[in-house]
Amino acid sequence: MSHWIIAPVILPALLAPFIVLAARYHIGIQRAFSVAGVLALVAIAAGLAWQTSDGTILLYQLGDWAAPFGIVLVGDRLSTMMVLLTSVLALFVLLYAIGSGWDDRGRHFHALFQFQLMGILGAFLTGDLFNLFVFFEVLLIASYGLMIHAGGNARLRAGVQYVLFNLIGSTLFLFALGSIYAETGTLNMADLAQRVTLITPEETVGIRVAAVLLLLVFAIKAALVPLHFWLPSSYAEAPAPVAALFAIMTKVGAYAIIRVYTMIFHPDLEVTAGLHDIWLLPAALVSLAIGMTGVLAAKKLDRLVAFSVIGSMGMVMVAISLFTPESIAAALYYIVHSTLAGAALFLISDLVRTGRADLELTPQPAVSGNALTAAMFFVGAIAMAGLPPLSGFLGKLLVLDAGFNSDMMVWIWVVVLGSSLVSIVGFSRAGSILFWKAHSVEPSDETYARPAMLSYAAVGGLVALLIAHTVFAGKVHGYTTTMAAQLFAPEPYISVVVDTEGKLVKPKTEDK
Amino acid sequence: MELLVASAIGILTAGGIYLMLRLRTFPVILGISLLTYAVNVFLFASGRLTTAAPPILRDDISLYADPLPQALVLTAIVISFGMTAVVVMIGLGAFLGSDDDHVDDQTALDDDPAEGAS
Repeated sequence: MSHWIIAPVILPALLAPFIVLAARYHIGIQRAFSVAGVLALVAIAAGLAWQTSDGTILLYQLGDWAAPFGIVLVGDRLSTMMVLLTSVLALFVLLYAIGSGWDDRGRHFHALFQFQLMGILGAFLTGDLFNLFVFFEVLLIASYGLMIHAGGNARLRAGVQYVLFNLIGSTLFLFALGSIYAETGTLNMADLAQRVTLITPEETVGIRVAAVLLLLVFAIKAALVPLHFWLPSSYAEAPAPVAALFAIMTKVGAYAIIRVYTMIFHPDLEVTAGLHDIWLLPAALVSLAIGMTGVLAAKKLDRLVAFSVIGSMGMVMVAISLFTPESIAAALYYIVHSTLAGAALFLISDLVRTGRADLELTPQPAVSGNALTAAMFFVGAIAMAGLPPLSGFLGKLLVLDAGFNSDMMVWIWVVVLGSSLVSIVGFSRAGSILFWKAHSVEPSDETYARPAMLSYAAVGGLVALLIAHTVFAGKVHGYTTTMAAQLFAPEPYISVVVDTEGKLVKPKTEDK
Repeated sequence: MELLVASAIGILTAGGIYLMLRLRTFPVILGISLLTYAVNVFLFASGRLTTAAPPILRDDISLYADPLPQALVLTAIVISFGMTAVVVMIGLGAFLGSDDDHVDDQTALDDDPAEGAS
């Protein structure tokens, strides 16, 4: 049993207290340790992804206790890819935070950042539902601190909404876990998958309630309409690097839905029949439509980006709710794309903010560093709106293709294509007001600092990743297809988790 | 006992949800506290209700209390306690800063100058 799989949880968990206790007053040391930690995370995550890329399933039993009794961490293709995506995103976000000086505008940015990473990575790796709850709480507690980093009334008010909404979500999560435990007597995902199949159709009332509650909880995390109300103001008011990191948090919800609803409550099961096609798909289509309409309606650039995140989550959920191997592969491709594009856009909106009075979409004197910022926004907007040649277009194509054989094909195509058009109009309206109309306004006396080179490098890195995601689309999609195949054949996962012996089941040898 | 526990959970949940819909920070926080009490009792009951039964294996005892929900409840209590403290502090900060304790967005207040432009 290799210990590397727990490193993505342990490393930030040790680094954060170190930063708080030892490097409290030295922003330079904090930065150095934070960047070094994230670089190490990227290396570890790449190693784990490489190890699992041939289909092996990594299992780590904490304290060597066997699966249903002890807590396990499990790494398969999906979870290691999400870990890699998170750590790469965290690297660029961290560089931006350092370059723009956001991390120095309040205390403890780096410590909270590390705790946030610990929560997100743990949520991706855990194989136990209660442990998933605990990691959700870790990432939420850290995000509460990051959300109100640097203070300000508007931010605090948005923070209150965000915290309250998520507290209600956590309570719902506990209700769901309680009913699952009452019905099955286990919270280990693999064990649960075996036991749920044993429930006869007549006795499914309790487990049905549990499955729906759990879906609600994950839908809150994934900001699915009508549970999206927390997202726009909290993402818009959060400091830009934090909002960019939060781009992965909605994907934690999507990941949890994929994991739980392919392995435990899969669509063929009597218990959850109808949950995906009757409830999830329409909600996802409405999120897509509302998100992209919000892009057109937004009066401020940060709100616009927040709504585009809702829209792209709607697109991910449309693909997920079809629940075929092709659609899950498309969803995973789109998840990578939308995380990178959303994060890049949040950072670009902060580049714009640095150079002008506010983010209102009104003509104002040209921002400093106009040409480069405008070019970055152009690329980010093309990616998010899903225009060729970037990966948003390919992802959308894959989703449309996966929905081709569905009963809801007409609705899916109409909503996806229609909302794309609306979002293109929205983005081009925002871009032309921000960058082109600026030239018709008299330059004002106020001068704004040009964003630092490191900020541009960080955004440029994200844009470069988006381009790489497009160029190597064939390879990436091939990999997500094998990932989806692994998800739809969960028997190896279950047998590895349940059948590996631990401390408990070893025969007693010391007896006479 | 089942009736008593079930109605306790029900009443706590109903009161919690009512208070949560009040749109002011203080009642909402109280409502969430009630809801977490309800969920703690609910988790406790998910291991089946037993009276005076030991949670640890012993000889010549056949009725046990499930120890796992007790551990889960302990975790849940600690987390919800910490969360309530956090939300009280953030709520207090927001109230003192903007002199308004509404949970929802007030349209009149939207003209705060954009911040972070320094």
